[in-house]
Amino acid sequence: MKKFLHILLALLLGPFSLFAQSPDQVEMADLMRSNGKIYVVVATIVIVFIGFFIYLIRIDRKVSQIEKDL
Amino acid sequence: MKGKWWKYLCIVLIFYTLIMGLLGKVPRLAIVNEGIRNLYFHVPMWFGMILILLMSVIYSIRYLRSGNMVDDIWAAESTQVGMIMGILGIITGMMWAQYTWGTYWHGDPKQNGAAIGLLIYFAYSILRGAIQDEQQRGRISAVYNIFAYACLIPLLFILPRLTDSMHPGSGGNPGFNTYDLDRNMRLVFYPSIIAWTLLGWWIVSLRARLRIVEEHLQEEKLEETFAD
Repeated sequence: MKKFLHILLALLLGPFSLFAQSPDQVEMADLMRSNGKIYVVVATIVIVFIGFFIYLIRIDRKVSQIEKDL
Repeated sequence: MKGKWWKYLCIVLIFYTLIMGLLGKVPRLAIVNEGIRNLYFHVPMWFGMILILLMSVIYSIRYLRSGNMVDDIWAAESTQVGMIMGILGIITGMMWAQYTWGTYWHGDPKQNGAAIGLLIYFAYSILRGAIQDEQQRGRISAVYNIFAYACLIPLLFILPRLTDSMHPGSGGNPGFNTYDLDRNMRLVFYPSIIAWTLLGWWIVSLRARLRIVEEHLQEEKLEETFAD
């Protein structure tokens, strides 16, 4: 059983060691880490504004409902 | 403005401004450095304020002609939001001034003019709060509002050009001459003005609609008490 687990782990994790061994540059999803991580700030601001816009739209709907009820 | 289309336009343009404003190409200039991106966030506050206050003046004139309370409400709520944008403009301007001119308050003619302009509009709020009678409040504040706008334009756009100002467009030059060369920045700057102005107007419309509902409810209550 133990031997089987070892083999399974080796098979599953094996490919990862290949990346660590390759000496040359490998293309990865580095966009969010490039340019001094400015993209992270952009993402944060976009999330904040998405939140505020959802809130604004909800208030707008509520006002419309009140106008209709009147 | 009828319909919802301008609200969608506002959302799209705000996100365009935020993303392109931070990631778009800008000229490499000494002293301002990346601070030049403030053009998309600080300057539209003032443009938005001017445009929203202009709407307020239009509603004030309409109120004086019609005597309709709804016009008075729209005028008053526009000045409220216009003032908020002005305050944000002054605070962001102080921030920018600290890191390009060296002090938060430089005493720049445009800075002083903006501060005086805001004080004039603070007085408008106080004036409105001080008058109990609805019609009197409407008329007096509408007239004051028109004069306030007439004072604001020379304070922000004429007087700073007559003297030396650190702002672009001083000493007789029209504004934004220095940026005229850069097409990349204009592609973000003009949409940003529309975006922030529409956002301000959205808030104006919400506030005004709520006030109108409030007014209706109060009238109904008055009618009920008379009926009893």
